[in-house]
Amino acid sequence: MDELIKVGMADLNVCLPPKGLTTLGLGSCVGIILYDPITKVSGLAHIMLPDSTKIKNNSNIAKFADTAVDKMIDDMCLLGAKRNRLIGKLAGGAQMFSFNSASDLMRVGERNIIAAREKLKDLGIRIISEDTGNNYGRTIEFNPETGELSIRTIGKPIIII
Amino acid sequence: MSEMNFDNIDSIQLDILREIGNIGAGNATTALSQLINRRIDMGIPKVNISEFNELSEVLGGAENQIVGILLSVEGEINGMMMFVLETASAHNLINILMEKEIDNFDEFSEMDLSALSEIGNIITGAYLSSLSALTNLRIVASVPYMAIDMAGAILSVPAIEFGKIGDKALLIQTDFGEGKESVFGYFILIPDMKSYEKILNSLGIWG
Repeated sequence: MDELIKVGMADLNVCLPPKGLTTLGLGSCVGIILYDPITKVSGLAHIMLPDSTKIKNNSNIAKFADTAVDKMIDDMCLLGAKRNRLIGKLAGGAQMFSFNSASDLMRVGERNIIAAREKLKDLGIRIISEDTGNNYGRTIEFNPETGELSIRTIGKPIIII
Repeated sequence: MSEMNFDNIDSIQLDILREIGNIGAGNATTALSQLINRRIDMGIPKVNISEFNELSEVLGGAENQIVGILLSVEGEINGMMMFVLETASAHNLINILMEKEIDNFDEFSEMDLSALSEIGNIITGAYLSSLSALTNLRIVASVPYMAIDMAGAILSVPAIEFGKIGDKALLIQTDFGEGKESVFGYFILIPDMKSYEKILNSLGIWG
């Protein structure tokens, strides 16, 4: 990969090879990767919250699972991707602190994962692999050339999904 | 009362928040100083209003490994309080506290983790009780929760809370240090939006 495009919190980006996509230190947020295997057009959204309809101030569409995926697909189509060919990968959604109460605040990672899965299911996009949940942060790097998502965590070997 | 957000915060309000950081961290630092029986210097508090993607830059980059101790805050003020240490500082702090020689810098033992958690409890407690005394508002803190991981991942927890109300996060950040065997850390107070209004109101600044 020539250049890795950094995608920050509540942000999204799309690209074609030889560029790649990365997001650093993913915690309870979820990284949603979409990929068209024929044109190799790829997108990465770093979402923070599950549902834009539950929040009053929802103008930042990259922040929510539902609106970020829609926007990312539009952007990918502009680069030549075809909707019906898209496949997905998910990473993140950790529970960073092991709270003993079951309030919403504590389960936001899990809710983000569920929202991302449901959104992709509604659009008929298959999730071919995911590394989600648990209690640790992840740095992810997507290579559009190979379709590989590498995941780095502290104190564990790099995995590729 | 007009609704508060971080786009229209004025310099007087910022000064007040900075002063809260100063008093809170001053008390916390004193508590820590007594605990380890050493003199600790405290920096001038910074009030940062930052975009989400700049948040982890404050703590040395998204992948920088840190120790985060988080308490949820309830009562008349709601939100979170976080105490953050660089991992090297955390080891130094434990070594000073337990009078150990510098040993393994990579891993924390069960005893280390327990000590860190207790340190977090004592000093965030001191921070919050001074805030409570200053504002005359009742503040109840949860037990401390600890995580050792990438700064970005740890900060995603408070960032998501801010994300529910806007696109920026406000951090009242105070660093402190113990000269020789450097211990550097930050206190981050993260009240929700209503609580900011209450804090400023209680000091006669808002509304």
